[in-house]
Amino acid sequence: MSIMISARDLTRTYQTGDIEVHALRGVSFDIQRGEFVAIMGPSGSGKSTLMNLIGCLDTPTSGSYTLDGLEIDQLEKPLLAAVRNRKIGFVFQQFHLLARNSALENVALPLAYRGGLPADERLERAAESLERVGLGERMDHKPQELSGGQQQRVAIARALVTRPALLLADEPTGALDTRTSEELMGLLTDLNRSGMTVVLVTHEPDVARYARRLLEIRDGLLQRDVPTAEAWAAQDPHAPHLPASPVERARRVGRLPVARHWRRSA
Amino acid sequence: MSTHEQPLRRAEVAPATEAPAAPDIAAEEEEDLWEGGIGWPETLGMSLSSLRANPLRTVLTALGVLIGVASVVALLAIGRGSQASITASITANGANLLTVRPGAPSSGGVRGAVGESSSLTLADAEALANPQSVPDAAFVSPEYSGNAQLVAGSLNLNARVTGATAVYPSLHNNTLAEGVFFSDEDNRASANVVVLGANVATNLFPAGDSLGQQVRMNGQSFRVVGVLASSGGGGFGSIDDGVIVPLNTALRKLFGARAAVGNSFSVSTIVIQAASSDQIDAALSEVEIALRNQKDLPLDGSGDTFSVINQASILATVTQTTQMLTLFLAAIAAISLLVGGIGIMNIMLVSVRERTREIGLRKALGAREGDIMLQFLFESLALSGVGGLLGLALGSAIALAVGASGVMQVQLSLDAALLALGFALAVGLFFGIAPARSAARLDPITALRYE
Repeated sequence: MSIMISARDLTRTYQTGDIEVHALRGVSFDIQRGEFVAIMGPSGSGKSTLMNLIGCLDTPTSGSYTLDGLEIDQLEKPLLAAVRNRKIGFVFQQFHLLARNSALENVALPLAYRGGLPADERLERAAESLERVGLGERMDHKPQELSGGQQQRVAIARALVTRPALLLADEPTGALDTRTSEELMGLLTDLNRSGMTVVLVTHEPDVARYARRLLEIRDGLLQRDVPTAEAWAAQDPHAPHLPASPVERARRVGRLPVARHWRRSA
Repeated sequence: MSTHEQPLRRAEVAPATEAPAAPDIAAEEEEDLWEGGIGWPETLGMSLSSLRANPLRTVLTALGVLIGVASVVALLAIGRGSQASITASITANGANLLTVRPGAPSSGGVRGAVGESSSLTLADAEALANPQSVPDAAFVSPEYSGNAQLVAGSLNLNARVTGATAVYPSLHNNTLAEGVFFSDEDNRASANVVVLGANVATNLFPAGDSLGQQVRMNGQSFRVVGVLASSGGGGFGSIDDGVIVPLNTALRKLFGARAAVGNSFSVSTIVIQAASSDQIDAALSEVEIALRNQKDLPLDGSGDTFSVINQASILATVTQTTQMLTLFLAAIAAISLLVGGIGIMNIMLVSVRERTREIGLRKALGAREGDIMLQFLFESLALSGVGGLLGLALGSAIALAVGASGVMQVQLSLDAALLALGFALAVGLFFGIAPARSAARLDPITALRYE
């Protein structure tokens, strides 16, 4: 197996006014080609920051990040855009489909930004991609004519159309019901089995369970790096499958501000 | 804790522990990342598709530019048309003309009113007609004008009567609709013949049979030998509303215009035609010198009892005035175009805000800042371009309608059209840059999370 992702001492500090927020304080890990990894952690843990770095949407304050043999850490912005286009397929919680375009056009969009492909070839590849996620029959539908699960499948087809090195899913089931979530995770598992490297960011243990390896982030540091099988076997008091406290649940849906002192005491 | 050293060392070590060929491949791939990217036709397609998604907004925004361009085009056409018609009516009186009038020139302080003393005489005209004193003149034509009651049968009217020589039609660009102009022989003989202006002919002889008929003026009978073709131009005492008789007939028989001093006759004006437009200035100074000599006036012009009016300078003044007026109107219209541009900017800013998540998504999918910038610039350019083209059509239609109504003369011109269209596009570009830049600079992470 070769290395797909190599992160070394990644830190990310945000400057808000006079206050420095250390979202990541030095995280190192490797992800091999073909792995299925879940990144978990409570709100404010640095999990989203890490996802932004892995997704090349942001660059680390310090440390090095290598994706598929490319050193990303200090790339210029246009090159970062090109890396996102070629190496990464994004799946977002809110699907982010363009409402006025058909499923087919939505899926073909990343190929337009790659350049060099004529329009009919782009649509052909988009159609193949849609068939792969089981939506070959609904290519001409607009997003609002599709169910949530179908919309997320379109988003996955869009992520796959560039034949990326890495599929990066950010809470992909966050807007779906349980049954649809299971179907969608089944699809991601299938894709992983066929060789795709999948990184999943989630706070739901039921979703994380589909991955084979768990990276748990807390307070900007990598707390655990274990196979998911072990993570749930051990009766760790911090095990993510334990029901969250009401305060934690409220914070997940954004009703409470993140208070650092609370987290320290917890 | 040497937290600063650690990441550096590891970053160097990490690729080395991997396959040795990896750095080369990576470098090659990094080169390759600069290649490709979306082309402008695709970006233009995206811009047009977002404009189509919001048709009402697109139309209303383009309307601002449309109205601006339409008013610029219409006002320029009307302004240029008026200028052309004024120029035409001035040059209709004849080209390269100098007109000598009695009375001091008005420039350089307060002088007596023009025409205060009837100081031009037939002798002055004869002096000017001498080719040695005014070599740059082609024709010299003394003219006398007065008013008289014209009677033909039961019809009568009061008209301006001009006494002139046989060169009058060639000097003033008049052609005859019927008959002939009187001859030098008629002038020498003080013959009772008259040439009618077009309007006078139709008023006195509604049947159109004026030729050969008799017209009575001041108790004398005149035979109609010719009728002038209408000269069209309305202003500046058009000859359409007057009649012309031989100069000697007017001076001796009709008005008895004997000069107050000397044994000569008064004339109202002396019209001189320069041999060519290049010789007008030379002819003007020759005329002034010749007249000062003839009338024993100071040669420095301080005691002039006459003034010489240069038609070309009147034309230049009038042209300049109408041009200023046209530019002024166009500038006001251009302000409305500017307001249209601000409308575009407003809508583009709203659009960038509304589509924040779309912009974030596009960036996540690999759109570079330049791609987003271009997409939004194309949108504002398309808005102003479409508004400009439709405005061009509307403005031309308005101008043509005004022209067809006969109220004003209009003149559409390609350069005015291109100017208005170019200005519209420049406005779209200028007011599109700020929204496009704010779109391009959005951080993809915050843009994707924007609610």
